Amino acid sequence: MKFVKFTKKGIYCVPGKFYLDPWYPVKHAIISHGHADHARKGNKHYLCQNDSKAILKHRLGLDIAIESLAYNEPKTINGVKVSFHPAGHVIGSAQIRLEFKGFVVVFTGDYKTQPDFISAPFESVKCHEFITESTFGLPIYKWLPEEMLQKNIHNWVLKNQSVNRTSVFIGYSLGKAQRLMKLLEGLDTIHVHSAIHNLNNAIENSGIALPKTELLKYDFDKKAIQNKIVILPPALLGSKLLKKIPNAATALCSGWMQIRGNRRWQAVDAGFPVSDHADWDGLLSAVKASEAEKVYVTHGSQATFSKYLNEIGIPSEEVITEYGEEELASQDKENQTKASSIQ
Amino acid sequence: MKHFSNLISALEITNKTNAKIEALVDYFKTAPEKDKLWLISIFTGKRPPRPVKSSLMKQWAFEITKLPEWLFLESYSTVGDLGETIALILPNPTHTIEKPLHQWMQELIALKPKTEEEKKKYVLNAWSGLEMQERLIFNKLIGGSFRIGVSKKTLVNALSKLSGIDANQLMHSIIGNWNIETINFSDLLNGSHINYDNSKPYPFCLAYALEKDLLALGKPEEWQVEYKWDGIRGQIVKRNNEVYIWSRGEELVTSQFPEIVETITNFKDDFVIDGEILALKDSTVLLFNDLQKRLNRKNITKKLLEDIPVGFYAYDLLEYNNQDFRDKPMQERRNQLETLFSTVALNDKLKLSKIINFKNWEVLKEIRENARTINSEGLMLKQKASPYHVGRKKGDWWKWKVEPLTIDAVMIYAQKGSGRRSSKYTDYTFAVKKDDGLVTVAKAYSGLTDAEITEISKWVNKNAIEKFGPVRTVKPELVFEIAFEGIAYSKRHKSGVALRFPRIKRWRKDKPVSEIDTIESVTALIEAQ
Repeated sequence: MKFVKFTKKGIYCVPGKFYLDPWYPVKHAIISHGHADHARKGNKHYLCQNDSKAILKHRLGLDIAIESLAYNEPKTINGVKVSFHPAGHVIGSAQIRLEFKGFVVVFTGDYKTQPDFISAPFESVKCHEFITESTFGLPIYKWLPEEMLQKNIHNWVLKNQSVNRTSVFIGYSLGKAQRLMKLLEGLDTIHVHSAIHNLNNAIENSGIALPKTELLKYDFDKKAIQNKIVILPPALLGSKLLKKIPNAATALCSGWMQIRGNRRWQAVDAGFPVSDHADWDGLLSAVKASEAEKVYVTHGSQATFSKYLNEIGIPSEEVITEYGEEELASQDKENQTKASSIQ
Repeated sequence: MKHFSNLISALEITNKTNAKIEALVDYFKTAPEKDKLWLISIFTGKRPPRPVKSSLMKQWAFEITKLPEWLFLESYSTVGDLGETIALILPNPTHTIEKPLHQWMQELIALKPKTEEEKKKYVLNAWSGLEMQERLIFNKLIGGSFRIGVSKKTLVNALSKLSGIDANQLMHSIIGNWNIETINFSDLLNGSHINYDNSKPYPFCLAYALEKDLLALGKPEEWQVEYKWDGIRGQIVKRNNEVYIWSRGEELVTSQFPEIVETITNFKDDFVIDGEILALKDSTVLLFNDLQKRLNRKNITKKLLEDIPVGFYAYDLLEYNNQDFRDKPMQERRNQLETLFSTVALNDKLKLSKIINFKNWEVLKEIRENARTINSEGLMLKQKASPYHVGRKKGDWWKWKVEPLTIDAVMIYAQKGSGRRSSKYTDYTFAVKKDDGLVTVAKAYSGLTDAEITEISKWVNKNAIEKFGPVRTVKPELVFEIAFEGIAYSKRHKSGVALRFPRIKRWRKDKPVSEIDTIESVTALIEAQ
């Protein structure tokens, strides 16, 4: 790579003297989005997209030193032109474009090419070198169009209601929860766990409108919940709180649910392949649209996807990073929230 | 296929038997008549022969998707199922086909003799006209198992709930001889094609694990002691020249053990006996692993019959010439059983369970310790005056198993499981120290919690040496305590030893690799036996 290096602390821009989504604390961090594996604690200075600012402050501390930019608003740092471009992953998620002496590198962070009507839709950015994620980098991952997904989810809720069951959706607090809220908007009252509720508040306070929800208090009124919709973060699977929900039918919402083995792994009542990452076709289309002469593949199926890109004539290399542990990192966080909400 | 597709979705997601029964009852209430019969047929393994080879289906999927073979195989090793992999990689449907299950089945039967070209045309048309889940089901209807955890027993319980008919009678009905073209659903359930009086089994009498001192059992002469065997508990019913074998799980398994059935037909008398189905070769009991190779086979080949012959060790007599013997004392039942067995020439296919003679309880302890050498898993203690109880009752029957042996070993390979376990690394290979290196001693896949398996899978993903394919070589770092029932020298294994029924006892997070067993310490266990 010309001016960007993969180091032990993260992806480093040499002339700019800053890191992209570093996994060890650094002086200057530019952050693609608010998930725990990309936005970590302890950096001296943060730069992110405007809509991510409230999320980062909520998750990392109100006192962090943070600056933000609008999408497509450039800022020059030590001679490197930095700008954010919609990644369509979660609210505020951005691809980070770096330009130095006419050479352009784009780091995608996490992204999804399919619009979800809640985060700014993905925009492809042309570049010389493209650093892409590969969470779902196998051809078995193909997402349903949003309308069909919505139809399936609505049908499940209606079926549950017809047999007096409460529909409980399990999804990450940041991203999946807001997307589910959008998919379920208007169907019935949506009750959300405090971890989701607090994050929603932070997002709304920064001026972004979200679908209406109710806070699920720890000592909730069972009658008010019966037959309604509840959204909980993954750490609550198997919790006392979940057991207290009357006649709960539980659905896991994740791209991994595309495979039967995964749907059957957890003892739940349904599994919907709802993902905030690009599917196989999405990854390929993003790579092609970037027109990059070299593609670096990070977290996920990096070996497979990069081998395939080389075979179809797109020079590519895999890169080992510390991303993709979102699940673990955010579960720890939510476990803490769970513990505190019980007190 | 909507009905059937919804049923499969409901069955595959839940691991609760009641929810499965509920879904099946729902299906039987709403599906078309012929579809119900096909469902019973498919779930009991009565399926038409495969009309299209899986290699052809794979080839056509390559042609459509233009994916390289290695990428297909990589996808396959993630999914763990060929029919599902094909269903997932194909492009979205371009039209909609809706046909009931029985029509699909009839078309698949008609497809069998057709040319490859005609088969291709038919399959490709179905693939492009079905949604993902239906496409998967279509591939499964062609061949392969559904792996949704519906046993014959679950199916029968659903039918029993629907109809109110006794579950064991229904088991006989669905296993019995019936033709989908000539029978109707209600006749099948009512058993118009069978005579249930000839097969009706008794509930099994079960033992508790011995929890008190032997001396507390009283006088040794009041107890009948036999070896405990690790096979399949079974009940043989012979009435009116018909023979049925029931497993303890109340499934009819008659057709799986033709050699036992043949021997039973030599008897003149009618009877019901309780005993154990075991793999028996040259009068030696083989391991349960061997017996397992005989189970749930669609065809039992001549070679399989020769490689793993099966026999029956008789424990008890429950009925003799239509007289219920269960209330008679153990001693009397045993005497009658011996008399009955003296009427025919016995061979390896049918034996009386040996009664162990012992003078005092001390001697018995020693006999138990040595049980392992003959592949027995311990002793059974039965009160000589006891009746044959219904189910589990404390006091009259005790099982006294030998303690398992254990070693500490390190994981060296991890492999993804199949079915429900296909997304995680669940099958591991373990090694112990040998000289400066390691040597494989066991493969095991049970004994861990889902949470532990998830944790190990994440670790494997990070620490694997290979990047492609289903088997991962991992850094020798994770230490496990492996329990097993026996150990013997073996020329077939590189380590020189074979463990009997190895399983993971626990994950020793506290133990470093430097402290695992050596091949010398493992071999010493053989000498100690």
